[in-house]
Amino acid sequence: MVKPMEKKPIIEIKALRKSFGDNHVLEGFNMQLYEGENLVIMGKSGSGKSVMIKCLIGLEEPDSGSITVMGKNINQLEQAELDELRTEIGFLFQGSALYDSMSVRENLEFPLRRHTKKFGIIEDTTPMVMEALENVGLAHAIDLMPSELSGGMKRRIALARTLILQPKIILYDEPTTGLDPITSKEIILLMMSIQEKYNTSAIIITHDVDCARVIANRMILLIDNINYAEGTFETLSTSEDPKIKAFFK
Amino acid sequence: MDNNFKVVDSLKNFLIEIGELSYFTGRFFKELFNPPFEFKEFWRQCYNMGNRSLLLVSVTGFIIGLVFTLQSRPTLEEFGAVSWMPSMVSISIIREIGPIITALICAGRIGSGIGAELGSMRVTEQIDAMEVSGTNPYKYLVVTRILATTVMLPILVFFGDAIAILGSALVENIKGNVSFLLYFNNVFDSLQFSDVIPTTFKTFFFGFAIGLVGCYKGYNCKKGTAGVGLAANSAVVYTSMLLFIIDFIAVFVTNIFYG
Repeated sequence: MVKPMEKKPIIEIKALRKSFGDNHVLEGFNMQLYEGENLVIMGKSGSGKSVMIKCLIGLEEPDSGSITVMGKNINQLEQAELDELRTEIGFLFQGSALYDSMSVRENLEFPLRRHTKKFGIIEDTTPMVMEALENVGLAHAIDLMPSELSGGMKRRIALARTLILQPKIILYDEPTTGLDPITSKEIILLMMSIQEKYNTSAIIITHDVDCARVIANRMILLIDNINYAEGTFETLSTSEDPKIKAFFK
Repeated sequence: MDNNFKVVDSLKNFLIEIGELSYFTGRFFKELFNPPFEFKEFWRQCYNMGNRSLLLVSVTGFIIGLVFTLQSRPTLEEFGAVSWMPSMVSISIIREIGPIITALICAGRIGSGIGAELGSMRVTEQIDAMEVSGTNPYKYLVVTRILATTVMLPILVFFGDAIAILGSALVENIKGNVSFLLYFNNVFDSLQFSDVIPTTFKTFFFGFAIGLVGCYKGYNCKKGTAGVGLAANSAVVYTSMLLFIIDFIAVFVTNIFYG
C-alpha cells in the first residue's frame, strides 16, 4: 500500500488564513502533498478541514497565504487557467453531489464533453464511461438515475465521475461518512486500488480512524486552526499529547 | 430604539440585496456573449418551461376569458353595448390581463421551480461539483434559464391570450348567438399594432424578471434544506412584486409614445 515517496510537493500550502466574520477558521495552515502520496487530514467538526480543501480547489478565496498546485499559484490564475488546472484535480464530495436531473451516463459524460482541450472532441464517450464505471464495479448502473442508487453506489459513481477526467490529484471530503462499515471498507479498498492503478496523489479528509489507519502514508491533525501535528499513523496514534490522543481513543 | 435598529438593518439588507441582484444581472450580460454557448441546455429549458406550463396557461386563460365575458355581459346589456364585447375583451386581455396573469402563473410555476432546483443543487454541492469539474455553473445553469424564460414567456402569453379570447367567443356564441367568425372579425378590427407591440415588448421583461429572480434566489441559496424552501418562496414573492413594477413602468412608457 505504502509507495516510496518522491520528495516533490505536488501541492504546497503556506500560511493559509481564512475567516468568516469573527470566526477564524484557519490561522496559518501549512501543508505539502507529495507525488503518489495519500495524506490524511483529521480534525474536529468545524475545525476548517473542508474550508481548507475548498480553498485548495478555488471554491473559497483565502484571506492570505499561498496555495501552489502543480507549480501554479491558484490565487493568481485566470478563470480559464483555473478550469484547466481543475481537470487535474478530482474532488469527491461528502454527499457525492451527483447531478440528480441526469442519469449515471450523463453524469460521467458531463465533464468529459466540456474538456475538449484535454480529450479532444469525443464522438463516442461510451468506452470511457464504461471504463470508469468498471473501475468502481458499477458498469450495470449506467442507465440508472441517482435517485435509484444507494449511498455507497452514489459514492462510487461520484468517484467514477472524478476518475473520468484522469486527474493527478484526488481530494476526498469524508469519503466514508454516513456509510455502513462494510461499504466504508469497500470504498477504502477502492480508493487504494485507484491510487495503485493510476498513481494519483490524494488528500483524504476524514474522522474515520480505521480509514486513516489503512490508507494514510502521512497524517496531519488540524487542531486550534493550524496543522498541530504531522506524522505517520503509528507515530501520531502513540503520541502522549492529550489533544492528539483524543483522536485515537 | 430597537425598532430603529430593525428599520436600519432591514434597509441595509434591502440595499445589499439590490446591489447583489444588480451584480448578478451584470454577470448575466457578461456571460451571455462569452463562448462556449450552452445551446443544448437552453433548448432543454425552453422545452421544459414551455411544454410544462402550456396546460396551466391554457386552462387559466380559457377560464379568464369565460368569466370576464360572463361578468361584463349584464353591465354591457344594461347600456345596450353588447356589440362592444369582442373589442373590450380583446383589448383588455391583450394589453393587460393576459400578460400579467400569465406572468404571475409562470412566476409561481417556473420561478419557484428554478429557485427550488438551483437551491437544492447549491445545498447538495452539485453547483460546486460543476465548478470543480471545470464547467462554469453560472453559464450552464443561470444564463440558459434566464434566456429560456425571456424567450418562452411571450410565446406563452400569446397562446394564453388566444385561448382567453376563444373562451370569450364561446360565451358570446352560446349566450348571444354571435358566430365565431363575426366575433373574431370584431376582435381583429378593434386591435391595433399599438395594442400588440408594447405588450409583447413588456412580456420579454416579465420573462427576464421571472428567470433572473428565480436563478438569483436559487443560486445564492443558504441555510441548508430550509433555505431551498425559502429560495422558492421568495422567488415567487419578489418576482410578483417586480412584475407589477415592470407593468407600471411599461404602461407609463407606452402612454408617452402612444398616449
